[in-house]
Amino acid sequence: MNVVVCVKQIPDPAVPGELESDHTLKREGKLILDESDSYGVEMALQLVDKAGGGEVTLISMAPNSEVSGLRTALAMGAAKAILVSDGALAGADALTTAKVLAKCVERAGGIDLVLTATESTDGYTGTIPAQVAELLGWPSLTFAKQVDIDGGVAKIQRQTEAGYDVVAANLPAVVSVTAGVVEPRYPSFKGIMAAKSKPVDEVTAHDLGLSDEAIAPNQTITTVAAAPAREAGEKIEDDGTGFEKVVEFLDGLKVI
Amino acid sequence: MKIWVYAEAEGDAPTTATLELVTKARELGTVEAVYVGTNAAAVAPELGAYGVAKVFAVDAGESLAGVMGAAAIASLVEAEAPDLILFAQTYDGRDAIARLSVKLDRTVLTNGMTLAVDGDTVTVGTAIFGGNTLVDTKFGGEKPCLAAIRPKSFVAEPGGAAAAEVVSVGTPDAGRGAEAKVLETHVEEREGPKLEEATIVVSGGRGIGAAENYGPLVDELAKLLGGASGASRAIVDAGWVPYSKQVGQTGKTVKPKLYVALGISGATQHMVGMKGSDNILAINKDAEAPIFSVADLGIVGDVHKVVPKLIEALKARG
Repeated sequence: MNVVVCVKQIPDPAVPGELESDHTLKREGKLILDESDSYGVEMALQLVDKAGGGEVTLISMAPNSEVSGLRTALAMGAAKAILVSDGALAGADALTTAKVLAKCVERAGGIDLVLTATESTDGYTGTIPAQVAELLGWPSLTFAKQVDIDGGVAKIQRQTEAGYDVVAANLPAVVSVTAGVVEPRYPSFKGIMAAKSKPVDEVTAHDLGLSDEAIAPNQTITTVAAAPAREAGEKIEDDGTGFEKVVEFLDGLKVI
Repeated sequence: MKIWVYAEAEGDAPTTATLELVTKARELGTVEAVYVGTNAAAVAPELGAYGVAKVFAVDAGESLAGVMGAAAIASLVEAEAPDLILFAQTYDGRDAIARLSVKLDRTVLTNGMTLAVDGDTVTVGTAIFGGNTLVDTKFGGEKPCLAAIRPKSFVAEPGGAAAAEVVSVGTPDAGRGAEAKVLETHVEEREGPKLEEATIVVSGGRGIGAAENYGPLVDELAKLLGGASGASRAIVDAGWVPYSKQVGQTGKTVKPKLYVALGISGATQHMVGMKGSDNILAINKDAEAPIFSVADLGIVGDVHKVVPKLIEALKARG
């Protein structure tokens, strides 16, 4: 079974974010693999292993030929990657990104399953999985908290407001996985060394057959403003009676 | 401006998130709804009471609601010409807006918290960087504009009070998208109110130490206060609790009267989902944790010591 995993390389979320003057996200310094995507990578590796054959291909769109996040996922065990790095895609909206990723799936060829996170940690538009599926003309199984592949059918537990639904579709299909669906492995030293020589196929939007018109953004940021700050209240050290202070606070709010 | 709302329901009642969108849409123009389900006749009266004039009813069969809803809307857009289509930022709402954006080749704006219409221009406001920065973005290109709005962004209020006409549009052709079929539905028992609608929310983070502590600390305190239990992304990622409990940027927005953060440091990812709470109580042993910068009362202490004593004290009050 051949699986594609969509992965995003993002600025370290622990560092406070900033915008460039053109309102795109500042991407200085090393980008890292979005932790949300590590679940998809792990899931893909496990599914290929279980199927007894095939490989995992990563696809990613990032500026400046960025590969540091891809190398992390390659070190986990993915076989190869397609990287779309193209200045024309700076500030691309979710639909444009989905068009690029869908073209990458076609470029990879012979793919049975595409795995994604439910949304990225930085942009979090949250529409890419179903957009990629619609572009490919495939079914999408979204918000999976468990995934089983058997006999050419993908069956998932789909998160719902009330619990979960069991949803199934024939392959090829797109599946988006929620965080925590599997325990991502840490890359081994051997994996890290091997990742350095794994192939990364770097392409532009034109290489994928996308016209300038197809990738033109159709939204404009009009204003950026600081949100009103919230004042900090009282902060006390617990000396064993902190709970009394809490009871008093709850009493004051009339919630107990 | 003609506005469509992708309506969702629980049983025969429209969801609060749906009614929030309808209420806002009513301010901005005329409102019609698209509803996926076979009980549209039962759902329509309440939608009408909030100002919906017409409900297009879609039969999804066994297929996923969002996928079929998108196919139905795509087939109606040319004849009906809505200017703006609103979706709640929910599981099905996200499936629907995503599929529709491809069918119509339109950009999407999601995670909206404000919505403004000026003439023909539609602007959606979102919060980034943990809610510290507000960004307004306007749509370009042809109508309809497609926007997904986070639940709790607007207040639902009845108005309009017209009876909503139900127009059945049958089952659309969704191609291979329709192959995704719902085989079983599992409802997990929930004690107390829903997370997004609770007046008190108690959330746990990494500081609770282990998955097995969530019940006795977080659930127990939530239950005693008559609230709902939530979680930070860290413990959802760790697999301790399901994604549906996640409060934050990539989870739910809550605006309760009281938000209690137990062992949550307050990453920007989390703050954006709870900063709008009326009152915030935080208990964390790290005195430098960012959560204290938004807390009305902060207890610098170990949740494993403070919370059991608090639970005992609340039980003693009866």
